[in-house]
Amino acid sequence: MKDFMLIFRQPSYDYSNISPSEMQTLTKKWQDWVGGIAAQGKLKATGQRLSSEGKVLKAGGVVTDGPFVEIRERLGSFMIVKADNLDEATTLAHGCPALEANGSVEIREIV
Amino acid sequence: MEKEHTPLKHLFQQEFSKMVAVISKLFGLQHIEIAEDIVSETFLQATETWGVKGIPPNPTAWLYAVAKQKTLYHFRRNKIFEEKVMPALSAAQETTQEMDALDFSQQNIQDSQLQMLFAICTPAIASEAQIGLALRILCGFGIDEIAEAFLSNKETVNKRLFRAKEKLRAENIKMELPPENEIVQRLDNVLHIIYLLFSEGYYSKTRNQILQKDLCFEALRLGVMLTAYERTNLPQTNALLALMCFHASRFEARETNDDTVILYEQQNEALWDTALINQGIHFLHLAAQGNELSSYHLEASIAYWHCTKEDTPEKWENILQLYNQLLTINYSPSVALNRTFALYKANGAAAAITEAEKLRLDNNHFYFLLLGELYKHTDPAKAITHLQTAYTLAKTQTEKQGIREKIEALR
Repeated sequence: MKDFMLIFRQPSYDYSNISPSEMQTLTKKWQDWVGGIAAQGKLKATGQRLSSEGKVLKAGGVVTDGPFVEIRERLGSFMIVKADNLDEATTLAHGCPALEANGSVEIREIV
Repeated sequence: MEKEHTPLKHLFQQEFSKMVAVISKLFGLQHIEIAEDIVSETFLQATETWGVKGIPPNPTAWLYAVAKQKTLYHFRRNKIFEEKVMPALSAAQETTQEMDALDFSQQNIQDSQLQMLFAICTPAIASEAQIGLALRILCGFGIDEIAEAFLSNKETVNKRLFRAKEKLRAENIKMELPPENEIVQRLDNVLHIIYLLFSEGYYSKTRNQILQKDLCFEALRLGVMLTAYERTNLPQTNALLALMCFHASRFEARETNDDTVILYEQQNEALWDTALINQGIHFLHLAAQGNELSSYHLEASIAYWHCTKEDTPEKWENILQLYNQLLTINYSPSVALNRTFALYKANGAAAAITEAEKLRLDNNHFYFLLLGELYKHTDPAKAITHLQTAYTLAKTQTEKQGIREKIEALR
């Protein structure tokens, strides 16, 4: 078994307009999805959620504030799973709620 | 069923651990056998004397007095006393009588028992030996009872206890509380042993229901003991206590006259012990202080929801999320199966089947029992195939019988 990082990106994390019950549904989706991976004994660690505020440092000492308009999808959070290979890790990523929000999951082996 | 469970046996069992702890404190844990012998001799004398003269008005005080005499006698003729204990005693308390050191006050009993609990639950001993030693020294169980609980024989138990005590000596384990900065970590180990003791009773292979209950209530008693001290009265201690109370509340409901266990689904909830449930809720509230979220918190919360027999969407949604959390900190195949069952109750059979198929616990008969349950309504033929696999994998006749009944019901 190797460790893989699943990196979740979404175009938006603005939940200011959704109702508490929608928020609850969304939370449940994530919890059920992570629980499903954990039930297979393949969850290594859940990462921390990242704040939507941030700064970017670029070459030449240029600092910009978020939001980072040039990045189509913003990094939201990550987690680490155990899998035999990249294909299996990718299979685990299926069903991730980020995909329903037009986001993506990037799967990278931790070497 | 009510065999030889006299008040006297109970008294001896209770006092055994107290007296052994206090006397061991004096002699040192290296000589724990001496303490056991003195206490056993005291009980023998009590049985003989009380048999003739009747039980004295204050039996406990009688036992302590006799134990003191015997300890004194042992001191006087024993080398350890001459060479090790006496110099230490006379240095420490020059004017007082030596036997004042054997202090059976409530406070000293409590202190000594707590120190003994930490000494026995040292990470240095393997856990099976630890449970045996805990049953003997902390709970006062007889060798024959321990053998019965483990479905083992006296000889094996004696050997195991002997090795555990050797280990205590070899590792030079002392009767003392761990230093402040280690106490939380060491407490984890203590709680784990108490949890194992409880499980040993609750899921015991023995058919002796009185023994099962005794084991569970002893585990509860040890847990309560930890709450008497500020440094060990932590949220996780209370969470474990809550968990044990909720489980123990279902004791009466799961018993039958023919020694089999009634499963949760078929239990009559009128037989659940509401006093224990309320006690559990009380501990769960105490456990909620602070930011700690141990697996005991999650398991206790799950057990709490199971105290409501009625199936509501809210109940199963909560149980599902608790299992999701539990799995992220503590994976085990049985938690994964329970989580999938909760998913079935909360999200429906189709969602649960998708998730269950991913688990691949192909050597686990509970896995196929679960699959049988999930396919029951939509695809009875498939359900039967799964149940047949479960039947082949099941280890006991009782389990096989239960699975056969499920198959018959689907045909």
